[in-house]
Amino acid sequence: MAKKIKSGNGISKYNRNKYIWAYIFILPQIIVFFGFSLYPIVMSYVYSFYDWSGIGPLTNFVGLKNYTRILTESSFWNAFGNTFVYTAGFTVVSISVALILALVLNNPNLKGRGIYRTVYFLPVVTTMAIIGIVMQNIFGTQGFFNEFLKAIGLIDQSISWLSNPILAMILLIIIGSWKEIGITMIYWLTGLQMIPREVYEAARIDGAGSWQTLRYITLPLLKPIGATILLLTVVSSMRVFDLVKTLTEGGPYFATETLELYIYRFAFAPDGPSQVGFASAAGVVLGLTVFIISLILGWVVYKVSGQKRKPLGGGIK
Amino acid sequence: MKNRTAMFMTHTLLIVFGIIWIYPFIWMISSSFKTNSTFLTSGINPLPESIHWDNYIRAWEVANFSGYFLNSVIITLSTVLIVITLSCLTGYALGRVKFPGRKVIITIVVALMFIPSGYTIIPLYELMKMLGLSDSLFGVILAESSGAHILFILLFAAFFSRVPQEVEDSAAIDGAGFFRTFAKIILPTAKPVIATAAIMQFIWTWSSFLVPLVLTLNSPELRTLAVGMLSFVGRYQTDWTGMAAGASISLVPVILIFILMQRYFIEGISGSVK
Repeated sequence: MAKKIKSGNGISKYNRNKYIWAYIFILPQIIVFFGFSLYPIVMSYVYSFYDWSGIGPLTNFVGLKNYTRILTESSFWNAFGNTFVYTAGFTVVSISVALILALVLNNPNLKGRGIYRTVYFLPVVTTMAIIGIVMQNIFGTQGFFNEFLKAIGLIDQSISWLSNPILAMILLIIIGSWKEIGITMIYWLTGLQMIPREVYEAARIDGAGSWQTLRYITLPLLKPIGATILLLTVVSSMRVFDLVKTLTEGGPYFATETLELYIYRFAFAPDGPSQVGFASAAGVVLGLTVFIISLILGWVVYKVSGQKRKPLGGGIK
Repeated sequence: MKNRTAMFMTHTLLIVFGIIWIYPFIWMISSSFKTNSTFLTSGINPLPESIHWDNYIRAWEVANFSGYFLNSVIITLSTVLIVITLSCLTGYALGRVKFPGRKVIITIVVALMFIPSGYTIIPLYELMKMLGLSDSLFGVILAESSGAHILFILLFAAFFSRVPQEVEDSAAIDGAGFFRTFAKIILPTAKPVIATAAIMQFIWTWSSFLVPLVLTLNSPELRTLAVGMLSFVGRYQTDWTGMAAGASISLVPVILIFILMQRYFIEGISGSVK
């Protein structure tokens, strides 16, 4: 590629040297990207067309059989439905609570904003898998939460939070949201700080109260970033795994089994032999579902932002 | 007056919710100092009657959290080093040099990013087996370092593109070549970006679960804290305070690092939506 550069005077020789260095600089990242990211993506499709237990060579090509099996497998659709329930609950809870927190913490007159921000952000940096185990203990039948509710007289009998299908899903959504709300809060705060101060001043001069300012100024101006936040939140929650694996293990009776856990079970922790081909096909279906949803939400982002916001890549012109 | 009451109310609510918010961590740390018998009888009292380090000693020595901790440290630090090096070099080339094919490379990588991916952990696992790296920490490190690191590359590229051309020119006049200019003159100014990327990658890798879980399925001695914890509760189901000690060993380091370096981390997060 470097040969294309016109050589002849000193400047271009200097440039040519620079170009060669630039290629050397990006080479390691390109190798890692192609070898350890692109190759697995391509192969994740290839495996899905084989009947394969994960051991030995790929020989038993079965075409679309794994996919047709998915269509009729009710356990798959159960996990598919659970994933959507979790995503919907997670999205509603985390986006709204994070917005309220951000609006409160954005007040420049509030003292100790930094400390509050740290406290509410703290769960984000902790390990989800560890949180799942700690929470399993807190919400166990003899766990802290039941003892607490008994102590303040709200209940007489311990509740089996994790043995009830509906309660277990609610708990999963609340704990998952609690863990990630800090990130969404920072997203909202970033959006709030992008609103110019003059806008608020103009509203005040026009006699708008704080509720009116929120309703007619702040929230409409947050719409573009809100659409981006929606996209990020939905896409990240569709692949929930760590928390489900450690908190409920998909139980009780698969009531909280999400797709990532379902796929893991068939690939690595099966009752019988591993079904890597089938698991891969389920993985492709999940990947395509996430892809279609992000296309739709990406389109929403594009529409709401009126094409004014730069997409990813403000740094590279 | 009305404003002050409102402010007081806001603070009260923020403090009460804040305590509930981080109570699981308070519970975890306080339980880790109780004994298993007082843990059951003490009810909801968070204060242990005396500090017991037994749980930590048991988790560290008997349940092999010392090994898990070391594995987590090695994997996390190596991954941070690899990822920062890769994305810093790439960001420098993309941000400072208008080399031919630059736009093409950016377009291809961004386009590939949007390909829907299937269950990539299986091919990654197979790849490590093919390379003879399954059952080695290096395999886990490589797998953790995969990905395009678009966010970091963008951060670095944006930073390096803002360094004035005169800096580079005067280095060239002084006889510094491309690499020396980068390493000796421009790189040292990038410390804030390096800190942001390093702290973010540190927290992600420390918390990573699926990759180490799958890659250490057959080699328990390579487990990280997050994975080791799961096998611990599988084996010692009634050792609640040991569990709390193990959880504290896993979470307290990352919480401390976050509190010390949070400025960089939060800047990085907010940079990702801009």
